[in-house]
Amino acid sequence: MTAVPALAVEDLSVEFRTRSGIVKVLDHVGFSVDKGETVALVGESGSGKSVTAFAVMGILDPAGKVTSGRALFGGADLLALSERDLAEQRGRELSMIFQNPRTALNPIRKVGQQIADVLVRHGGATRSDAPRAAVEMLKRVRIPDPERRVEAYPFELSGGMCQRIMIAIALACRPALLIADEPTTGLDVTTQAVIMDLIGELAHESGMATIFITHDLALAAEYCDRIVVMHAGHVVEAAPARELFAHPRHPYSAKLLAATPGETVSLAELASIPGGLPDLRRPDLPACRYSGRCERRIDDCTKPLPHRVVDERHVVSCWNPL
Amino acid sequence: MLKLLLSRLATAVPSIVGVVVVTFMLTRLLPGDPAAYFAGLAASPQAIAEIRTKLGLDKSLPEQFVGYIVDLAHGNLGNSLSTGQPVVTEIATRLPASAELTLFALILAVGIAIPLGVLAAVKQGTWIDHLCRIVTTAGVSLPVFFTGLLFAYVFYYLLQWAPAPSGRLDVFLSPPTHITGFYLIDSALTGNMEVFWGALRQLALPAISMAIFSLAPLARMTRGSMLSVLGSDFIRTARASGLAPGTVVFTYAFRNAVLPVITVLGMVFSFLLGANVLVETVFAWPGIGLYAVNALITSDYAPVQGFVLTMAVLYVALNLAIDLLYGLVDPRVRLDS
Repeated sequence: MTAVPALAVEDLSVEFRTRSGIVKVLDHVGFSVDKGETVALVGESGSGKSVTAFAVMGILDPAGKVTSGRALFGGADLLALSERDLAEQRGRELSMIFQNPRTALNPIRKVGQQIADVLVRHGGATRSDAPRAAVEMLKRVRIPDPERRVEAYPFELSGGMCQRIMIAIALACRPALLIADEPTTGLDVTTQAVIMDLIGELAHESGMATIFITHDLALAAEYCDRIVVMHAGHVVEAAPARELFAHPRHPYSAKLLAATPGETVSLAELASIPGGLPDLRRPDLPACRYSGRCERRIDDCTKPLPHRVVDERHVVSCWNPL
Repeated sequence: MLKLLLSRLATAVPSIVGVVVVTFMLTRLLPGDPAAYFAGLAASPQAIAEIRTKLGLDKSLPEQFVGYIVDLAHGNLGNSLSTGQPVVTEIATRLPASAELTLFALILAVGIAIPLGVLAAVKQGTWIDHLCRIVTTAGVSLPVFFTGLLFAYVFYYLLQWAPAPSGRLDVFLSPPTHITGFYLIDSALTGNMEVFWGALRQLALPAISMAIFSLAPLARMTRGSMLSVLGSDFIRTARASGLAPGTVVFTYAFRNAVLPVITVLGMVFSFLLGANVLVETVFAWPGIGLYAVNALITSDYAPVQGFVLTMAVLYVALNLAIDLLYGLVDPRVRLDS
């Protein structure tokens, strides 16, 4: 634990200005990812997983504003960098892949060129070398017949192939950190496993840290070292995957686990989590944003959230943990 | 690509046939009797009948139609009744005047509208975006003949900056050697700068009035299309890959956004062909629009038919060009064909 983490997000708050008011999407979010480690950000839709990633990458929608926090990466605070300096880092030091690989690729540009664009931009190859380097990348992501596939357009490839292309673009410059935002959503189950294995292998090969954003706890447990549970813009619990599964401490994590199909639970036994996310536009948001749905609510829950350290690697933000 | 070209050409054939039939019917069914018109006011019924026989107007409609088709197959569009010249020759000499005016106006419009639309989308909500909105609103609300008249009044009559709205060249200058029929190009090619500037001065007002009109839909579509593309997933990918802003805006966003702009460009070009008729009348421009108006007023069939047919062929050629352009920009279109 003495090593400097690959990425340390501290105290990150993000607001979105909308017509119906200011939405406090992220509230003092903090977590870290060690070098070579794979961390899952889990939570239901709208919990702020993707926004966290976008804020770190500096590609938030113009309506979104970072109001506090730091994202320490390679000795610099990404949130304090100018757009110009951050663009230098993006795609070279930290990369991101997205859900729906088909729409995430430029539809009218050959996939080889799209890989080459990133290589040329970050000095990974010269214009003349780039086509050969693109073929190399396709080989690395195990695309059969790479010489022919570099000439293909995204619409000529399957969803799984497109996601491999996305991975090739993201890893072209061998980044230190990869953020994978629901990379397997929209792919069929067998392809999901293949893509996850591929990301895992490539990360392992290069010692790259990976943040894996998902709402699928089972997938997170299978591929990740540590899990960070988010709810309504708060980090509610962070723990090693195994421990979180065995002893969830936050009531929300426990409910989330109960809602996850596994080997021992049948579909009929799955429990849904009562209630929904609170309206984040409310000016009087409770200190604990889960308290409205929580069965273990006590009087203390109106006080600012605590950070209870269960052990060195297990932290929970709850006044009345399990 | 060749397959696409051939299939598009094949679909053009029925439209041309339709136009041939419609032009024939339309001119025959229009009110006004050309025989009576040409015989003059004091003509006797016999004289009118004589002229009618001479023009072949006494025959039945099907007979006239067959004759028309046969002539058409020989590249003969008939003779103008008022000038006695073959319509083909007259259209051929007048078409470059209209083409030069329309193309110049279009290039002007595209040259302003596309950068304006792109900038307005990239810098949404800034002064350039507001400027774009003002220009597009003004552009659509000013009809071409009105801007034309206004310009002629202000810049010729009041300020005397522009030459008299009296055609393609000042009467004291002689046209350049005929190469393309475009005065600007021909005079530049022959190095005749005096004629070049003279032609440009004459061209400026009618071309600008047409450009203002066509600028609005182009700028609006460019802005809207750019905005929607800039919000799409692959732009986020491009930004997440750290690509330079120029690459993101032009190579990634603009090339995708240009597709609907091309469609609008085709429509604008069609509008301009129609607007020609009005602008040429205002500026006494010796193009085919003015020719058609004069022919229509005198119930002169042949030139009207010739004009409509020429326009139809131009429209078909234009749509073909747009389809091919689409295929060039978007690989998915190539596959569909």
